[in-house]
Amino acid sequence: MSNLKTISLTVNGEKVVRQVEPRLLLADFLRNELNLTGTHIGCEHGICGACTLLVNGDSVRSCLTLAIQVDGAEVTTVEAHGKPDSMSVVQEKFQQCHGLQCGFCTPGMLATAEDLLNKYPLVTEEDIREGLSGNICRCTGYQNIVDAVAAARDEVRSQ
Amino acid sequence: MKAARLLPKSAPLVLLAASDREVIMKPAAFDYERPQTLDDALKLLASSDNAKIIAGGQSLMPMLNFRLLAPELLVDISRIDELRGIRETKGRGLSVGALTRHHEMETSKLVEERFPVIHEAMQYVAHLAIRNRGTIGGSLSHADPAAELPMMAVLLDAHLHVAGPNGLRQVAARDFFLGALTTDLEENEILVQVEFPGLPKRSAYAFDEFAQRSGDFALCSVAVILSWSGNFLTGGKKIGDVRIALMGVDETPVRIEVAEQLLSGAKHIDDPLLEQVASVIRDTIQPNGDLHASADYRRHLAYTMSQQTLKTAWQRLQGQTDED
Ligand SMILES: Cc1cc2nc3c(=O)[nH]c(=O)nc-3n(C[C@H](O)[C@H](O)[C@H](O)COP(=O)(O)OP(=O)(O)OC[C@H]3O[C@@H](n4cnc5c(N)ncnc54)[C@H](O)[C@@H]3O)c2cc1C
Ligand code: FES
Ligand code: FES
Repeated sequence: MSNLKTISLTVNGEKVVRQVEPRLLLADFLRNELNLTGTHIGCEHGICGACTLLVNGDSVRSCLTLAIQVDGAEVTTVEAHGKPDSMSVVQEKFQQCHGLQCGFCTPGMLATAEDLLNKYPLVTEEDIREGLSGNICRCTGYQNIVDAVAAARDEVRSQ
Repeated sequence: MKAARLLPKSAPLVLLAASDREVIMKPAAFDYERPQTLDDALKLLASSDNAKIIAGGQSLMPMLNFRLLAPELLVDISRIDELRGIRETKGRGLSVGALTRHHEMETSKLVEERFPVIHEAMQYVAHLAIRNRGTIGGSLSHADPAAELPMMAVLLDAHLHVAGPNGLRQVAARDFFLGALTTDLEENEILVQVEFPGLPKRSAYAFDEFAQRSGDFALCSVAVILSWSGNFLTGGKKIGDVRIALMGVDETPVRIEVAEQLLSGAKHIDDPLLEQVASVIRDTIQPNGDLHASADYRRHLAYTMSQQTLKTAWQRLQGQTDED
């Protein structure tokens, strides 16, 4: 295609400059151009939450965002939340509470949980369930995910 | 407003070589511009007869991904600073820039203080990730029959400020929403801001919504404002301004004026009056049945939720004392 545009952004702390077609979705840009396949794609219309990641610290659906729209922004994918030997608090709690089975929904759950913890007090279990209601999980039945977020909340708040 | 193009312009799926990999592009190809000023945006819109505005993209992107729309030019207005921000206007009103994000509206102290009904309604809009990007202007322009913002605009008699090739014009909310996903906006126009005039000082509100899953579009929603009028000191106070808005029960949000008139002038609201008003609401609305709920079920929701919301607003109004 002829109408390529140059975008420059920060992905997981590294500066990235690429030529993209305007119609390229952020999710496909990350997966196909940058090989960051931790961002999962389910429904492609904003319903399932699997593709959720952080843009300038805010949770965002990467299937409802064009790569070109985040020109200049800072994108954080699940690859940068932590490593097996140095997990983020939320990751650690997902592991301890068995907050995942197949793991398909997990990257989106982690990004959503990070943003929820930043923006809301999440006092009750109901608050957590409501906050996670835009992320679908077909395996766990949610209880362990809710427990994991509650445990992360307790740990973060006690620090 | 142009009807959605239902057929893609090109073949359904285009496989393209990007570097050495094959990438499936979901939306059909378009040009993209990101103007910095309103004037530039208007010029770009005028330059193509198949241009589309993108703000937060939270309603437009699904339509592009499914190729229900295939614009030639996407005009990204998201970085036009003059369209941003929530400002006080005289008479305790607020003006909200079209690019204000849902999350900003949800957390604004000004909104919470002056229009608690909007503050409460915002809790029901989608999910955090969508509220982080979706804009007030986008929600109003998209005009989903079950969206909260259009309902708030109709409830609060908002004015929509629209910029076009011939300058600015104002439209009353009740004239702006013409049908499901259809507004008074021309294709070459941009919604700039929405202005909510201040409410009478002694007023109370209530809001309720029913959806199948938290954050989903509503099956039915009711919002009510009741205000006192008359002299508190001489005991002549009665209900003055009454607003009753529903959404999810028609193609656009609706005000039920016959029900409003039944309450206006009343000194007291008791259960029989509530029932009477709720019956009028139930018999006035014209809901459609769909996959999620039958028309009868929506009428039933409207009936019970109207009674509840009116009761709550009345209780709150009674709590307002002379000193308020
Ligand atoms: C899973 C999901 C759940 C949702 N749930 C809800 C919900 O419960 N309640 C609710 O209200 N909404 C809901 N939404 C929709 C959401 O609120 C959208 O953000 C909003 O409707 C559109 O705002 P936007 O800025 O993203 O607009 P965009 O998607 O960018 O644009 C939408 C339309 O408006 C036009 N437009 C945008 N800005 C302007 C402007 N300034 N002037 C003229 N035209 C303009 C565009 O051309 C396009 O046609 C949901 C969305 C999703 C994906
Ligand atoms: S793939 Fe983005 S929300 Fe489902
Ligand atoms: S763990 Fe399998 S979808 Fe959530």
